[in-house]
Amino acid sequence: MSSGAHFTIEQDGDSPVRLRLSGPYLVSSIGLVDRELRRIEASVAIIDLSGVTEIDTVGAWTASQLALRHDARIEGADSRALRLIKAVTFHDTDEDIEPERPSILFRVPGGVGKLVGNFGSGIVGLVSFIGEIILGFGSVIRHPGRLRVKALVHQLELVGVSALGIIGLMSFLIGIVVAQQGAVQLQQFGAEIYTINLTGRLTLRELGVLMTAIMVAGRSGSAFAAQIGTMKLTEEVDAMRTIGISPIEALVIPRILAAIIMMPLLGFYSACMGIIGGAFIADLTLDIPFFIFLSRIQEVVPLYDLYVGLVKAPVFGMIVAIAGCYQGMRVEGNSEQVGLRTTKAVVQAIFMVIVLDAFFAVFFTEIGWA
Amino acid sequence: MSEGEGQQLDAFKRYRGDFPIVVEGLVNRFGSQTVHENLSLKVRRGEIIGVVGGSGTGKSVLMRSIIGLQRPAEGHIEVFGRSITDAAPDEVLGVRNRWGVLFQGGALFSTLTVGENVAVPLKQFYPEISEELLVEIARYKVVLSGLPEDAVSKYPSELSGGMKKRAGLARALALDPELLFLDEPTAGLDPIGADKFDRLTRELKQALGLTVFLITHDLDTLYAICDRVAVLADQQVIAVGTIPELLATDHPWIQEYFNGPRGRAAQSSQARSDGGGKSVDNQPVGGA
Repeated sequence: MSSGAHFTIEQDGDSPVRLRLSGPYLVSSIGLVDRELRRIEASVAIIDLSGVTEIDTVGAWTASQLALRHDARIEGADSRALRLIKAVTFHDTDEDIEPERPSILFRVPGGVGKLVGNFGSGIVGLVSFIGEIILGFGSVIRHPGRLRVKALVHQLELVGVSALGIIGLMSFLIGIVVAQQGAVQLQQFGAEIYTINLTGRLTLRELGVLMTAIMVAGRSGSAFAAQIGTMKLTEEVDAMRTIGISPIEALVIPRILAAIIMMPLLGFYSACMGIIGGAFIADLTLDIPFFIFLSRIQEVVPLYDLYVGLVKAPVFGMIVAIAGCYQGMRVEGNSEQVGLRTTKAVVQAIFMVIVLDAFFAVFFTEIGWA
Repeated sequence: MSEGEGQQLDAFKRYRGDFPIVVEGLVNRFGSQTVHENLSLKVRRGEIIGVVGGSGTGKSVLMRSIIGLQRPAEGHIEVFGRSITDAAPDEVLGVRNRWGVLFQGGALFSTLTVGENVAVPLKQFYPEISEELLVEIARYKVVLSGLPEDAVSKYPSELSGGMKKRAGLARALALDPELLFLDEPTAGLDPIGADKFDRLTRELKQALGLTVFLITHDLDTLYAICDRVAVLADQQVIAVGTIPELLATDHPWIQEYFNGPRGRAAQSSQARSDGGGKSVDNQPVGGA
């Protein structure tokens, strides 16, 4: 490339080695020639810049570094080049631009130690966060005027009303799957009429609430973590504190209350949609008329199945909301943390919900609500 | 297109035309609110032009229009003789590596260290630069911007507000731009820090031959380093000129701006530092 930067090395007889740079020495043109300049092994005594047509700080930097490395002097520089060289010399540092990375020998045990430490501080943080929430609820109960009704209503809408569509569709489809798959098995011994029991009891006791909790964790738990996390990054949470607004009262309690109130409603709605889905597929494939299916539900599903679902729902809602708010409040530093904490909030919420669901299943069987 | 050599941008040539920024008949509207109405401005090569105006007069919007982040409703903008308003995004790319922008908050990439932040534009435009040179460039730019050496490997969240601005400046200077946009560089800095930033801007302009488009509220900065000042009011640039020239106009806003208590303080502090022949460091800094 004739218009690019290039160089020649001149040596006649005993005269000192002259490195002649020519062409434009700019950040845009220096990339390739720089590699070659670094490979020069002959000891250069003079760096001649008289052939340089254009120069910027990168060019000046390269020239001055060359001069330093070869202990050479610079000749033929015009006033602009001299000014630039003067500006960039003495501006060297050994600091690496990447953060320090210890060797793998230290990194692995260091990582494990950090994990354990984080787990410990996470538990301490969670316990103190729950304590703060309890105190917050206490002060709201003592001074009911401090309850943020507007924020609560807004959250009720976000958590509940706007989730109706997706949860309804999901439950309807799950009802279809449960009824259809159950019917295939039950048909083998002519008991397809029990599809009604299966669908009704399963959706009311387990699936309605569990699937709703998972959906709410994905929709609202993640939103809680991301919203609060972003507010922490932009110092909005700190600003609240300085004005005397407790972030727990303003941000966390409305969200937790909204989740606790909405989960039973959504869970019940989900179970209903599941049953409708089951009735729909039973009408189509099992010759059980739609309304017969629905009236049979009343007879074969004990009332306590509904109670089981309704008792679990607010607990799940609380767990999803606490996980979201807690992770949001833990965001510190940069935007990457928001994503990380949001993921954690959802994963922890779903995991905790499923673990608790197992405990509930054993508990309700033990007390005779089988 | 503007006259002369501005026609074709040669990648290895500096811009030789007289007016790197030309704004003509700019109109910007947000909904029913008109920010700019038939605004025109020409920035000369090699000058530091200060842009002042009350809050909400569209200083930042003007800058965003020039660098192509805000599509104006009407009007024509040329940078280095190349149209920003009519060009396809790909064409603007040839201009983008010739300017550096310092946003108000620094706008550093929060997941990268300061050094890596500086390396981003270099990698983006010149992938052929070797890793060695990249690291060297990032280092000297950071130090050139007045940051301590150990700042290179720090994350933006570990820096103070003033250091973030300097780190932002280092990134803006990464490509050795010919044109530098600074959006309120000294806002939020302590007087000593602001003073240092001013001197740094002036030194960089002299050493690198930069053209600087500087939005500021800081009267000391205007007096200390700006060659000309453009005043934004009534949706237009109502006056451009040196400060004495502006003082000679009788627009009420300009009079109030420069002859208010803060304006006078900055003026007298400038007069003292000029007349006394002392270095600016020893002077108590007024205003701000």
